Formats: sequence, C-alpha cells, structure tokens
Amino acid sequence: MKVVVDLSICDLHGLCVEAAPEVFQIGDDGALHVLIEVPPDGLRAKVDKAVRECPTGAISIEE
Amino acid sequence: MLRRIAIVGASLAGLRAAETLRDRGFNGELTLIGDEPHRPYDRPPLSKQVLQGAWEPEQTFFRKKDGYDALALDMRLGVRAVSVDLRARRVALADGTFADYDRLIIATGARVRTLPAITPRAGLLGLRGLDDAIVLRRALMDAPHVAIVGAGFIGLEVAASCRARGLPVTVIETLPVPLSPILGATFGDMVAAMHRDHGVDLRTGVVVTDILGESRVGGVALSDGSRIDADVVVVGIGVTPNTEWLEGSGLTIDNGIVCNGSGEAAPDVYAAGDVARVANRWNGDSPRIEHWTNAVEQAVHAAENALAGPEASTSFSSVPYFWSDQYDRKIQFIGTARPHDEMVIVDGSLADRRLTALYRRDDRVVACLAVNQPRALIKYRKLLAANASWDAALSGTAAS
Repeated sequence: MKVVVDLSICDLHGLCVEAAPEVFQIGDDGALHVLIEVPPDGLRAKVDKAVRECPTGAISIEE
Repeated sequence: MLRRIAIVGASLAGLRAAETLRDRGFNGELTLIGDEPHRPYDRPPLSKQVLQGAWEPEQTFFRKKDGYDALALDMRLGVRAVSVDLRARRVALADGTFADYDRLIIATGARVRTLPAITPRAGLLGLRGLDDAIVLRRALMDAPHVAIVGAGFIGLEVAASCRARGLPVTVIETLPVPLSPILGATFGDMVAAMHRDHGVDLRTGVVVTDILGESRVGGVALSDGSRIDADVVVVGIGVTPNTEWLEGSGLTIDNGIVCNGSGEAAPDVYAAGDVARVANRWNGDSPRIEHWTNAVEQAVHAAENALAGPEASTSFSSVPYFWSDQYDRKIQFIGTARPHDEMVIVDGSLADRRLTALYRRDDRVVACLAVNQPRALIKYRKLLAANASWDAALSGTAAS
C-alpha cells in the first residue's frame, strides 16, 4: 500500500491527521505531509479511514 | 446467515456504507437504492465550485477513478423507496419492485424546506441536489438580481458564489444576527460584516411576507414594508428529514430516525447521515446532524455494526465537525455550542477575520471555531475528543 495525496486539492481539513497521525501531518509550513509513504499493514484501517473521511477526496491508496 | 444487505439512500452516507461493507469483507448481495437518477455525488461543491462555474456538474460524482465494478452493487437509481416491512425484511420501491434484506441501512437524507403558503413559480429555487445546482447555475447566467431567503450556511455560500459572478445579491434573514444560534452573536456579526464588505445587501431581523410575481418571480416583500426586486429567489431555510416513507413501519420517528448508540433503529435496521439521530457517546446527545463528516462517520459505524451484530457492536462517539467556504475564508467548527456559551478568541482577531476561538460551558471546552487557521483545529479537536477542561484547553494541554 502506497499513500498518495493530491496536494492541489488538499483543503487542510485535517481529518486524515486525526484518523492516522502516524501517516499524516500538517507541518509548520501549513502544508500536509505524508510521513510514511508506504505504511505497514497494521495502519491499513487508519489510512482507509483517512481516505473515506477526506472531504476533497485528495488521498488515495495505490496497491 | 447474512446474505443480503439493502441500503436506502444513494448519497454520501449510502455510498460510504456500501464501501465499508465491502472493505470489511461482506460479499453477499448489496443493494443501493436512490431516488435521484444520478450516481452518488458530493454536495459541498454544488454551492461553490458548481455555482461559480469552476466545475462542471459531473465533477461532483464520487468514484470517478475507481468506478463501481469492485463494489458489485445492485444499484437501483431513480426509484424511491415507499415503505419497509420490518417483519418480512423487505423494502418496497415506487416501481413495484422490492428489495429483501437481512440487514437494512437507511440513509435517505433530507430535503429543503419551502416557504409556507407560497406557491411554486419560475425563478423560485432551492439548492440541495445536483439538478437544483444545474437549474440555479443556468438561472444565474442571465445576470439576475438574486434574493436569498435565509442567511444560514447554504444561503451565505450561495451569496458568496453570486458575488463571485458579480451579481447583485440581497440576503434576507429573520434573526438579528446570522448564524448566532450556532456560532454566537460575536462571530455572526463578523460574518455579516464580511458579506456586506463584499457587496451583499444583507437584511436582518425581517421576515419574508410574500413572493412577488405571478408565473415567475418578480421580487420579495418583507415584514418591514420594503420590497426587493429579484429575478431569482433562492430559499435556504433548512431541511426536513426524509422519513415519510417510514410512517407506520414501527420505527421511532422524531425529527429523524431515532437510533441507539449502535446506530440501530430496530433489530437489524440501522440509520446514518442527515436522516438519523444516533446517540453520541461523546456528549450524550442524539441530535440530527446535517454535516458531511457526520454522514461518513455514521455510515462507516452503521456498516461495521451491521456486520458485527448487536453483541459485538461499538457505540458511536464523534466530535461534530463542519466547514463553510465563503469568499477567501474557510470557517471550520468542531463540537457543539449553544447561544449562551462564552466564546474566547485564543488566536488572531475578528478584525483580521482570521482567528481561533474556543467556546466554554461551565468548566469545559465544548467547541472550537477557526477562520483560516486550519492547524489550530487539529490541536483542539484532540482536546475536545478528550473532553478537556476549560483550563486545559486554554493552556493547550490534554490533561484535565
């Protein structure tokens, strides 16, 4: 699983940071950062939640 | 044996429920029923990107990349569910067909309220669905004067989109201060000033007494005796949950479908989204919530519990969240505030229209508002989820 964020449509709602703080962070630069591009399978449920809850559909998972 | 699941309502909550069921391994028959002819689409862009002309309507469709094959749905669109027989476990549809189920998830949403005692006519519009947005956008192309009834979030977003198109806009609101019951008068005043600065003629503390014009809209008459010329009138005075089809079903209906903390309305029947009132463990309330994120959370929760069954169900716990984009401002709000909660600005200012504010009730923090400060929200979301004390929230630590 590889996490891909389309920063051009990320709207900084921050729901992914809440769902999977291990993977997503809003940095001091005010932009979203993916901390682990290929998260371990143990984080799958959290990343799925982040994908589902993103209001702009900016997050996708490539297998 | 769990072989068949039916979902009534093919908008955000219905779709997310279907996706979750498949994610969690359900491989039986999955029926998704929707009364609109469209595949599931996203509503928030309708009042903004679509009205402003930045997006074509089809850009709002969900799953544009993934498609629907992997979900293997029996998708029945353009057909309304008319009743459910809980004992027979069967939903009846308007076209005379049925959908049998072992578990049922209801996500029939809500529809716009209309002005009482006002007959429909050309140019008198609402905004809820994709077709509404297409009709309204077309109407805006004729450079009309737009009157908007209701300065709630929909009305204000439509106003901002009309101003982005350079159209003259009058907004009519019965409250003295828009949004004040939800966000407080201090913030409501700021929003009102923002709209006036952008050229909106905002009339507060007045009621619409009549819509002028015979076959098509000509204007609006107000309780202060004034009249506003308008070619298009958009009514944004709230929504009504779509529960009529459940009358006599045995489900408890009271401004929505009343559910327990598992999202259950009855054994094997779940509800989610705008139509549902799910008990929320976070604050003990069970309001009906009309927000995007709530629809997703309740849908995922209902789907998981539908698979787990009552013995293994989890209880719903969520800090409500919504946002609104108006002009170059993003308003974000988490938690729940009441009119008499104290609001304290902890960063930024009303003058800059860039701020973070916390809401206090007794010794607890109950809500956080952010305008163009998205990072602050993440910090306070954690504190709210942990039911932090007011002092802890002010000092920015989760310890209470």
